[in-house]
Amino acid sequence: MFALPAVLNKFPGTTTSEFRGQTRVVVPAALCWDLLRTLKEEHEFDLLADVTCVDYLNYRDATDRYGMAYNVVRTSDNVRLIVRTFLNDPEPTIPTTTTLWLGADWMEREVYDMFGITFAGHPDHRRILCPDEFVAYPLRKDYPLQGRGERHNFPVLTRREA
Amino acid sequence: MALELPENVVVSKLDALANWCRKNSLWPMPFATACCGIELMATGASKHDLARFGAEVFRFSPRQCDLMIVAGRVVMKMLPVLQRIWQQMHEPKWCISMGACASTGGVFDTYSVVQGIDRFIPVDMYVPGCPPRPEQLIQAIIDLQDKIQREGTLSGREFETDARQQMKRALVEMPQLTMLDSARNPTF
Repeated sequence: MFALPAVLNKFPGTTTSEFRGQTRVVVPAALCWDLLRTLKEEHEFDLLADVTCVDYLNYRDATDRYGMAYNVVRTSDNVRLIVRTFLNDPEPTIPTTTTLWLGADWMEREVYDMFGITFAGHPDHRRILCPDEFVAYPLRKDYPLQGRGERHNFPVLTRREA
Repeated sequence: MALELPENVVVSKLDALANWCRKNSLWPMPFATACCGIELMATGASKHDLARFGAEVFRFSPRQCDLMIVAGRVVMKMLPVLQRIWQQMHEPKWCISMGACASTGGVFDTYSVVQGIDRFIPVDMYVPGCPPRPEQLIQAIIDLQDKIQREGTLSGREFETDARQQMKRALVEMPQLTMLDSARNPTF
């Protein structure tokens, strides 16, 4: 293992917790990119296993709306860290991590597609799963489960027309 | 005046002859998007052997097909593709909606899954099941063959009847469907 507290001394406002053997670091959004860079360049966390997000709208005791989660791994000794940071409306924005791990490209596009988080500096910042014309962010909690009629909004082909 | 015919001559109607030819050489277009596609492959494979019913020639080009088998859920991003493929197929053409998802959306009552392809393209035969057994699909193809033989015409005027042009009732009655007015002009 590596000395996590020593790393975090440089980042005021971070907290750590552990649950079932998983270490979680909560970092202020302004320091998030810098912490990830430090982890990668000085502590050999060479793999970004996942980038995802949670919408905490109406969640009990939640103070912030969007919780970003970066799952970083040091493959040499299999150390795994969950780096969390919180963002809020109206413009949830965070610097892209594609500058650190190229593999973040599609994962950040998916988070943008589903939650509408803007990744500043992303080289290809567009939707990845939903159609380009789609305007909503479907995994936000205020988006209805059955959508707003997008699934019905198509021309109807009859026998005569085709 | 009675007409003498040689014994090896059969008299029929031209429509019936065309139907007989059409129904026994259906060329399926496999629009397989999910697990129903696996059963569709099994139907075409040696154990169930769709060739027994003259429908074994799966082609992946809509220009060569006259039976579209939609096997699996269709999402809103896929539906324009489905409609384009349907329009590219030559007449006369038929469509089988295979499985719960293609027919009704199945368990996927979510924003992205089309709640039954029959809302947007004409469907001739529905196959229930999740996924259906190959026997069920074969039964649907046999039923479709019967239907072609029964009501098919050389000119295809059975497709022109008003009953075949009607919009799906569920689509008209959708309560939240305020966007239907713009259905002819798809925007999201």
